[in-house]
Amino acid sequence: MSKHQDFRKGVKKVYHLMMLLFSLFIIAGSVLFYYMVNPNFLTFTDDTENYIAVEEIDEDLIENGVHVRTGFVDAEGLMTVINNCTNCHSSKLVTQNRMSKERWNATIKWMQETQGLWELGGNQEIIVNYLVTNYPVVDKGRRENLTNIEWYDLEN
Amino acid sequence: MKRRDFVKKATLSSLATIIGAEIVFGSNMLEGYNPLALQDPDPFKMFNKNKEMIVLNDKPWNIEAQAHLLDDIITPNSKMFIRNNGLIPEGIDVKSWTLTIDGESVKKQKTYTLAELKSKFQQHTYQLTLECGGNGRSEFNPPAKGNQWTVGAVHCATWTGVRLRDVLEDAGIKKDAVYIGYHSTDIHLSRNPEKEPISRGAPMIKSLQDETLLAFKMNGKDIPLVHGYPLRLVAGGWPASVSGKWVNRISIRNKIHDGTKMTGTAYRVPCEPVAPGEKVKDEDMCIIESMPVKSLITYPKSGATIKKGAPLKIRGHAWAGELKVSKMEYSIDFGATWKECSIEKPVNRLAWQHFSASVDFPKKGYYEVWAKATDTQNIAQPMLLPGWNPKGYLNNACHRIAVKVK
Repeated sequence: MSKHQDFRKGVKKVYHLMMLLFSLFIIAGSVLFYYMVNPNFLTFTDDTENYIAVEEIDEDLIENGVHVRTGFVDAEGLMTVINNCTNCHSSKLVTQNRMSKERWNATIKWMQETQGLWELGGNQEIIVNYLVTNYPVVDKGRRENLTNIEWYDLEN
Repeated sequence: MKRRDFVKKATLSSLATIIGAEIVFGSNMLEGYNPLALQDPDPFKMFNKNKEMIVLNDKPWNIEAQAHLLDDIITPNSKMFIRNNGLIPEGIDVKSWTLTIDGESVKKQKTYTLAELKSKFQQHTYQLTLECGGNGRSEFNPPAKGNQWTVGAVHCATWTGVRLRDVLEDAGIKKDAVYIGYHSTDIHLSRNPEKEPISRGAPMIKSLQDETLLAFKMNGKDIPLVHGYPLRLVAGGWPASVSGKWVNRISIRNKIHDGTKMTGTAYRVPCEPVAPGEKVKDEDMCIIESMPVKSLITYPKSGATIKKGAPLKIRGHAWAGELKVSKMEYSIDFGATWKECSIEKPVNRLAWQHFSASVDFPKKGYYEVWAKATDTQNIAQPMLLPGWNPKGYLNNACHRIAVKVK
């Protein structure tokens, strides 16, 4: 009987040992898995505000008549302009400028001759019309008034 | 898993997809650091710029200061304008960086490592004014094509390096040398490796000046990447495009350098004055050399409302290309009367000069304080726009600030 009891004790011991090993394995495994998913948790840094959540922006979102991603005015020809005029340079280079039809055409020719712009075909008229309509030349005279002054109090 | 961590992880893997390679140690990337390959759109963090700087263009990067940001005597990096023609070079390795002197008029083509440049030649430090040729373009009428700079495309930092002259002479300059042209490692917007975004230069007389440097330090530190790390040509007083960034080759030419933006209408103005909007043939356009006399009121910021009775202290900087500023004046009555400001001597040739004045206002109301500098050849800044030119260069019209007295 005692021999049988000894055997049972032995089995229990082995069983407990195996359970312990198994639990350790599970714990180590989960730690490693967590590390794999989030490699940063072992780096003890204050990560508050380290990263700004990336907001998803709808590529074609239009708000208040402006195409949000590029800043272009939403009007006839918008997508043709986006597709042809924002591959090499920023849309900001377009919206900063004010030119006549003739000068936009000359600028397009210059970009084709020196900057690798492709032939625009029928799109050229659509693009130039969009630009002169939505970004017209304004006569500024020989010197403009100061505008957009932000007034503030100054101790003199 | 925290949302932030998830977003970061997701961002890293999408970055990897875009770049086409895994970002090793990506998870240890520093806050504020963005892989250059993306030309990330937070320029203020990426370039260490003041939040009040104005982004004119993000591909290529073009960013300008505002007048009140330029109040420092020596402009710090955070307030220096950025003017790029192409994309910022990628994967710069300082250890293998070399500078080659070649061209038709070099006696013997030579290549130097950065370490050789630093040890072989004597080093010099100068404070040098660099102004974009198109600074002030936004005011031209009819408008001129290009980045619409207002007043902030100018800075005066301290540059340390070796004299271009010493390096050119070490390689040997033939008697027929006319011009130097620089070549750089920046990338054309089309990513066509055959095209150079910009390759300008200067005549020998400018190239051989004491103050024309091959610089490797700005304000005592390595030059920031966006300003030309690890080697920049610096030629104060001339359009800043002469001061080529990321320079790895300089050609001594036996003719006027014909690199990108040297020919056609780039950095050129009509040889003879033209009416606003007039067409000018390429052959009638002449290369800009020294920049004209100019000044900026950097304190106070435009829009100050002050109390009647006490004077208003104003200050700023003035510069005159190759020349010095001999007189500085201000007017509060749109040029009807002018009063003199005190003006300091430049710390060295081609450095800007500092002026200050104490302004009294006769009664309450709206005023504009206009500033006018005069150079040593007695040429002053115009109050109206100077001669119209097709590309909108060289606007040195007087700067002004608005003031209200209550």
